[in-house]
Amino acid sequence: MSLLARRNLFHDKVRLFVTLTGVVFALVLIVVQFGLFLGFTTTTSNNIDHAAADVWVVSHGVKYFDTGKPFSERKYFQVLGTPGIEYAEKYLQAFAVWKRADGRTENIQIIGFNPDTGVGGPWNVVAGDIHDLKQEDCVMIDEIYKEKLGVQAIGDRVEINGHRARVAGFTRGIRSFTTSPFVYTSFKNALNYPSGAIRDDQVVYILVKALPGVTPQELKSRLESRLHDVDVFTSAEFSSSTRFYWMFTTGAGLAVLIAALMGLIVGVVVVTQTIYATTMDHLKEYGTLKAMGASNAYLYRVLIEQAVISAVLGYGFAMIVSHFIVQISSKGGAAILMPWPFIIGMFFLAVLMCITAALVSINKLTKLDPAMVFRG
Amino acid sequence: MSKAVEVRNVTKTYAEGAAVVQALSGVDFHVDRGELVILMGPSGSGKTTLLSIMGCILRATSGRVEIEGVDVTVLSERELPRLRLEKIGFIFQGFNLFPALTASENVALALDLKGIRASIGRLRAEELLAQVGLGDKFDAHPADLSGGQKQRVAIARALAADPAIILADEPTAALDFASGRTVMDLLHSLARKSGRAVVLVSHDSRILQYADRIVRIEDGRIVPEPAGDPDRTARSGNRVSFSETIVPALSTSAQTTVAPE
Repeated sequence: MSLLARRNLFHDKVRLFVTLTGVVFALVLIVVQFGLFLGFTTTTSNNIDHAAADVWVVSHGVKYFDTGKPFSERKYFQVLGTPGIEYAEKYLQAFAVWKRADGRTENIQIIGFNPDTGVGGPWNVVAGDIHDLKQEDCVMIDEIYKEKLGVQAIGDRVEINGHRARVAGFTRGIRSFTTSPFVYTSFKNALNYPSGAIRDDQVVYILVKALPGVTPQELKSRLESRLHDVDVFTSAEFSSSTRFYWMFTTGAGLAVLIAALMGLIVGVVVVTQTIYATTMDHLKEYGTLKAMGASNAYLYRVLIEQAVISAVLGYGFAMIVSHFIVQISSKGGAAILMPWPFIIGMFFLAVLMCITAALVSINKLTKLDPAMVFRG
Repeated sequence: MSKAVEVRNVTKTYAEGAAVVQALSGVDFHVDRGELVILMGPSGSGKTTLLSIMGCILRATSGRVEIEGVDVTVLSERELPRLRLEKIGFIFQGFNLFPALTASENVALALDLKGIRASIGRLRAEELLAQVGLGDKFDAHPADLSGGQKQRVAIARALAADPAIILADEPTAALDFASGRTVMDLLHSLARKSGRAVVLVSHDSRILQYADRIVRIEDGRIVPEPAGDPDRTARSGNRVSFSETIVPALSTSAQTTVAPE
């Protein structure tokens, strides 16, 4: 490693601080924005991804989770008669109005599932038990939404679309991408709550698990050949379709991605500016090196090493800051996710960003005339 | 004596906007090993351009330049830095030291350019600093050194790669009399004792006594020397009173013989 690169970088502490601030700012911005994108994306399909189902049978034309439409329960029995099925469960998703004890109302999404199997039910239950949801009017919500829904503890009573409901438990970290929190209850209870009429002989989704040795794709094909007027998706397809809808069709994800891209651009510009300014400060020294016989490759190495050191230090600080932001966000309504591949990827992005930023300075050095050393 | 630098019929023109500036016109010039030559002339006369061409930093528009017998006018842009690194040491008016590096690191940097290992470079740097009287300043940064000390670090750096030619641009201009004399003593001993060719550009009349030859340039041409110039005869005939105490130090080992400023 070049001594000059290290010394030049650490000699001017203020400049180093500015450079690192630029790198940290850019990386944190990218982490937050892209982490939000990941969080949003995951949130949109959380119920599908945690449902322990291989195939979803949906009303014809439904492309994403939050707009399920009821269809005849007879499809459920046709599904049960299909070879290669381990189990199938009736499932309900519908919007409803939650009336708090203080009279205020909030929109919610009712999720009805079978508490005996837990298929399609809540996860990360931190208070209560999903089997309690078999009791009449019992519901479970996420603790993040306690304040929004005016709930303090198990046993609190509210109304859902004019029907009484009682909080029987809490989950942790199950967010809704829409502003309507998920409220879990048994399929039977759920039939009472939706704003739109769902008859007792209807379902909104059928969740199907394949027998071992039967692939989701095979099961999907078998179901498609037997069922009419409904659509069949593998879980992966339905999850992707839901994510794609919310992230790209609505533009929500695109906005977050653009913000992440802006973070990257701002980061590159800030770091380019600081590295360029540092290079300009040391231009006479680089000219001297050239006059002494340093090759362009030697000068590039000095610059790139400075960029990489800046990237590594900036990355370290940025990850610490990001970790705190992620911790704070986990208590709020919007999750920022930082999975390991993302953290590792950010390291390479930081290095790439700083090297890219150094390219402008490298161009300057390439054109630097060593004769400048004799010009006073 | 063998010629270290030979410049033959060199011209240099610059384009300044639409105008063409003739910086050098048909310059013939040479410097032998063991010789200290001072280039003098008014500002804009072309002496720094000539120094830059001799240093392979600028290319001549026409003519031939030989460094240690190698015609540098035919060398590629990739070959010229290597030649500078091997053959030429530079000393600048403003010292051009690296403020973030210590004195020994500044000197060792010249060896780092040649790919010499850091540990060896540091030893060599300390040896050279001791030779220029800075044996107690290895770890000092340029900001902590006086002007004379900085220029001596620059001289040690110029010597690090053991070049045959030393080119100095106004090496005493930023120094007081005593420091300037110390620096000139060092440079003179480099020519006299180490057999290097030393070329200085200077306006400083105080240092003329150190020259083996004084070459005057005006309007891009070397001014012919008047026959029987009494001053020059005096200078070339009598090797002036530089500090004899310094000479052994530079020609032998790392003895510190110059009192720190």
